Amino acid sequence: MKPTVFQKLPLSTGAYYTALFSLAVIAGIGVLSAYYMEENGHWVTGMNNQIVWGLPHVFAVFLIVAASGALNVASLSSVFGRTAYKPLARLSGLVAIALLIGGLTVLVLDLGRPDRLIIAMTEYNFKSIFAWNIFLYTGFIVVTAIYLWMMMERRMNPFISIAGTAAFVWRLALTTGTGLIFGFLIARQAYDAAIMAPMFIAMSFAFGLAIFQLFIVGIFQATDRPLGDYIILRMGRLLRIFIVGQAYFVIVYHLANLYAAEHSGVETFILTSGGTLSQVFWIGQVIIGVVLPLILLFNTKTKTKPLHVSMASIMVIIGGISAMYVVIIGGQSFPLVLFPGMDVSSSFFDGIINTYSPRLPELLLGVGGIAIALLIILVGMRIMDFLPSSLADRDINPHHKPPTVLGPNEK
Amino acid sequence: MTKCKNETEKHTNLKRRGFLGAVAALGAGAVVAPGVMLYQTGGAGATADNKVTEFSNGGKAANPNTRWGLLVDTNKCPKDCTVCVSACVEENGLEGKGRPQTDAQWIRKIDIKNPTTGFQTSLPVMCQHCDEPPCVDVCPTGASFKRADGIVLVDKHTCIGCRYCMMACPYKARSFVHETLGNQKPWAPRGKGTVESCTFCVHRVDVGRTPACVEKCSRDAGGAMTFGDINDAGSEISMLLKKLGTQQIRRDLGTNPGVYYQGLST
Repeated sequence: MKPTVFQKLPLSTGAYYTALFSLAVIAGIGVLSAYYMEENGHWVTGMNNQIVWGLPHVFAVFLIVAASGALNVASLSSVFGRTAYKPLARLSGLVAIALLIGGLTVLVLDLGRPDRLIIAMTEYNFKSIFAWNIFLYTGFIVVTAIYLWMMMERRMNPFISIAGTAAFVWRLALTTGTGLIFGFLIARQAYDAAIMAPMFIAMSFAFGLAIFQLFIVGIFQATDRPLGDYIILRMGRLLRIFIVGQAYFVIVYHLANLYAAEHSGVETFILTSGGTLSQVFWIGQVIIGVVLPLILLFNTKTKTKPLHVSMASIMVIIGGISAMYVVIIGGQSFPLVLFPGMDVSSSFFDGIINTYSPRLPELLLGVGGIAIALLIILVGMRIMDFLPSSLADRDINPHHKPPTVLGPNEK
Repeated sequence: MTKCKNETEKHTNLKRRGFLGAVAALGAGAVVAPGVMLYQTGGAGATADNKVTEFSNGGKAANPNTRWGLLVDTNKCPKDCTVCVSACVEENGLEGKGRPQTDAQWIRKIDIKNPTTGFQTSLPVMCQHCDEPPCVDVCPTGASFKRADGIVLVDKHTCIGCRYCMMACPYKARSFVHETLGNQKPWAPRGKGTVESCTFCVHRVDVGRTPACVEKCSRDAGGAMTFGDINDAGSEISMLLKKLGTQQIRRDLGTNPGVYYQGLST
């Protein structure tokens, strides 16, 4: 193993600015979409008084959850002593911050009054989990930035472990807070469950690692630098554990709902009678997000190929967005139960399954958030030394043995 | 209960300080009597166009010993009667755009039927003005708040339109303003991008009147609604609550609504 050399993004000026411009255009379209929504009012979206959080929240929460998970690679290196991940720790921190900012931007731009952001930052109701999250999000950026500083400034290296541990604890708190945004809602049948906090943590491990793994493959190919199978296959082994972890919490959550008669209505809706939503759950979240990647990552024939790890990561991301859709849209589609056991009807859509058809501006805003995250990563890599020069097996695998060349008399 | 009231007063004091600070900062120079809060006027004082000293109740603070409540006798509430709804729309200028999915509804009639027994009834549902309002708990900026006298309101100046209160309200009592609205009433300002709900007609209550729905129901319909102070043992509503078997919607959630229903037993 050689000491890792970190470099700035070595793209040519033309390639760099082309990438930058392309992402800026996508981000700009997202911001313009938000402006269109704010200028006209939210009636131009698919959201309404029944489905109050729509596609922007699906993207935003997915990005925020994935952000904390993306930091896991750094945590594995600094907190759990897995030296193979050390060359990736810096990038892990950068991707985590970028995803969080991307997600938060979408969240803020979808507010009814995004111009009042300053109020959200100066007026606090400390009983609100939302207000706690404002501190958890901003704190995460600060703590991770300090952690990056410890890693990138040689004289601060002795503090990497402390900063890494602080960041790890903070990221657990952050995802707990995100899960409890839903878990604390007593009003809705699909929420009101403390298990949503650990479920979101488990999901974040999987989503964050999947995004990070794909990012590493992509950036190493784009910059034409050595990437061995070792680190990718190792990520694949980690990913399958995280997928199993999130599947466990999803199963327990749904079993608990099935068991309690009070929640059987919403559970039946999500599992069987929800139409598109049930399809998103079974096909998107379960089959694409869990079953297929697990087959790829556990099957002895497929688990040894880096390409299959990347395929599994893509599936986990699709499954993750599906999971957020089911949680956020599904939880609102099922009507509030004001009169348990009664048939109810009103002019305000009481007692009926609410439908939601996302409109283009919502999608563009969500995609714009992803572009903003990528922009931050791109600029960060260009101005600071984030990129390891090599992830070849010989450079990062402590047990690596060069292939033996047999002589003519050795057989 | 005493603890709750103390907490409410504490919250009230904090808001008061914030308001006074804001007034001072703006250099408005308005002399505001001790105990006066912007939101105590309901809508009237909250409009930007009005002077902050224009309080509909003469500048009196909300009384922490009062708990405004409403009793609805569903036996006197026919299924097809929507007098209370139209009264609310008229009083608060709830102009719709003909888009039922996004138009606001502060009060609606819900028809319920017991599928086992076949029993049917109809009742108006609005903000339940909970003693433990989830909308207030979750609001990140404190824009959702409960007055000392139990009326739950939205401060239109600090609502950022996150809609978390709508996610949290068990009664589907809140609406988001989805578009620009005109013809607003000065006492019920409505802003695109903010959340709103029944105010118990706070502008009327503060000057000793009853909410518009109650008045109209009494005058033009069956007189199914009784409004009053449920902390006052001598009030009509308190005596009725003591005498009659009443229910609160989703009492099991522990929100302790200020709206009670009679004849809901199915």
